[in-house]
Amino acid sequence: MNKVLSDWRAIAVFVGPALLLYTCIVLIPIFWSLGLTAYEGSPITGFRLVGAENFIRLIHDATFFKALWFGTRYALFVSAGQVIFGLLLALMYAFYLKKTSALVRTLVFLPVVLPTVAVAQMVSKLFAIVPQYGLINSALHAVHLDSLVQAWLGQGSTAFWIIAAMDIWKAMGFYAILLYTGLVEIPEETIEAARLDGAQGWSLARFVVLPLLAPITVASLIFSLNGTLKVFDSIMALTGGGPGNATTPLTLLFYRTSFTYSEYGYGSTLALTLALQCLIVTLLIFWRARKSGA
Amino acid sequence: MQRTSQAQGTNPAAAGHLTATTSHSLQFLQRLPITLLVLLVVFIAVYPVVWIFMSSLKSSVEFSSSPMWALPHTLAWDNYARAWTEGHMSKYFVNSVLAVIPSLVLVITLGVMAAFGLEIMRWKLSNLASLVFLVGIMVPIQIVILPLFTMYFKAHLLDTRIALIITYTAFGLPLVVFFLAGYFKTFAREIIEAAIMDGATIYQVFFKIALPMVMNALVTVALVQFFFMWNDLLISLTFTQDPDMRTIQSGLLAFTGQYGQREWGPTFASIGLAVAPTVLVYLLLNQMVMKGMAAGAVKG
Repeated sequence: MNKVLSDWRAIAVFVGPALLLYTCIVLIPIFWSLGLTAYEGSPITGFRLVGAENFIRLIHDATFFKALWFGTRYALFVSAGQVIFGLLLALMYAFYLKKTSALVRTLVFLPVVLPTVAVAQMVSKLFAIVPQYGLINSALHAVHLDSLVQAWLGQGSTAFWIIAAMDIWKAMGFYAILLYTGLVEIPEETIEAARLDGAQGWSLARFVVLPLLAPITVASLIFSLNGTLKVFDSIMALTGGGPGNATTPLTLLFYRTSFTYSEYGYGSTLALTLALQCLIVTLLIFWRARKSGA
Repeated sequence: MQRTSQAQGTNPAAAGHLTATTSHSLQFLQRLPITLLVLLVVFIAVYPVVWIFMSSLKSSVEFSSSPMWALPHTLAWDNYARAWTEGHMSKYFVNSVLAVIPSLVLVITLGVMAAFGLEIMRWKLSNLASLVFLVGIMVPIQIVILPLFTMYFKAHLLDTRIALIITYTAFGLPLVVFFLAGYFKTFAREIIEAAIMDGATIYQVFFKIALPMVMNALVTVALVQFFFMWNDLLISLTFTQDPDMRTIQSGLLAFTGQYGQREWGPTFASIGLAVAPTVLVYLLLNQMVMKGMAAGAVKG
């Protein structure tokens, strides 16, 4: 038996192709990218060793800090929104709709599978002002609130809310399913016992259900932050990072630095910062969760 | 705990139950706000998709003459024809299909083999190899894009489908491997060991026992990967700059600039064409899609 299961030639046949492809396309480039942070240039112009210059530039770069701040703010807000709305939906599925929730669950999940670029194109038409009013502006016009008609995506302040709302809308059904799965795993007797103790409505949710749901909520939050920190498609398709740099997170700054300005060394430095940020957030939440005993 | 709750709690719960059943109309009224809320939630989730398809059938006059939320007066199917030809959606659509299908076949084939090798076979470094695959789930794709671009540039693979296919496959592998390894772990081990006792070779075990066992899981994980690949923007935007090689998402992105501003009918038709395959697959297989995506998140 062991002879069959430890046959190295069979192991090579089974694992080899996947491992080889993965090593070439993912692993080696990770280390390569770390090396690139010490260079400047591009494949077309050639590379020049510059040592720590990219990192010195980074800590003096106001655009970088602005993008870091925007991305962090966006990620915190959108992740909180995704998980909170997911939680509310999950509670609604489990306590109000009960067995009849399957259809609602399925419909609310639909936006999750849609391509972000297409959704963003749709949203930009929703909020359009030229060449004609989109759905929102024409609705405002119809109820004589013309003073509110504006270029929603053309100004940083409103664009932020639209991008955030779109990304929350798109993902809330997903987190609702994750949290709902956690909810139905809570034994019926536990909730019944709490009910008989007099816990109802909000107090039942606050003191019984939510604490039991804490581990899966933390997992959802980590997963969500990991996604929102890497946001690219929705902002690229909605505002392209503009107006100016008003809606530019690290991912878009990275893209522009690398492919518009062909600065591969500095681009890699920005990518490394992004990777570190994702890592720190994940570790931080794990650490908090362990400390609070969840 | 159990005992005290039984002792105290009978009164309020029983009373609440009684009033609720005395009158059906009262129950209906009590539930009315929550029913309206549920309808509102479903409306918010689904209406934008309906709006896309409704608007994609409007003639160009209708966008300015009647409200944006009005139903289309005519069924302007030629919006789709124009999106398909003038908007180059035919090209983008075919490019997407030709990148996604081979990637799916590759990622599933390589993934199921690797999962089998990692989970069922016994070797010293299998844990280390699993850990190496785990790195791919956590690392942001941005960190590998520049080296990949350099590699593809040197190998003359930019603007080819091969670049897209190998990138999609490599980045899909970690999730596929973990998902399937989990399946092998829970279901397969004892049966496989029994088969080997009976003298089956490892390849017979793989094709006759392991593969049929994970067939359902294969479909689930392929669905999840389909959505990732079909909806991808970053990879296709980076590695295909020739307009003729664009996939549906990067093609659609270029739309805003050109005639997307003026020609709303064909633009909505193009959005509809990008969305349609995902909606169709979801309508047919939604339970599997939801299960697969949730499982991916819990593992990732």
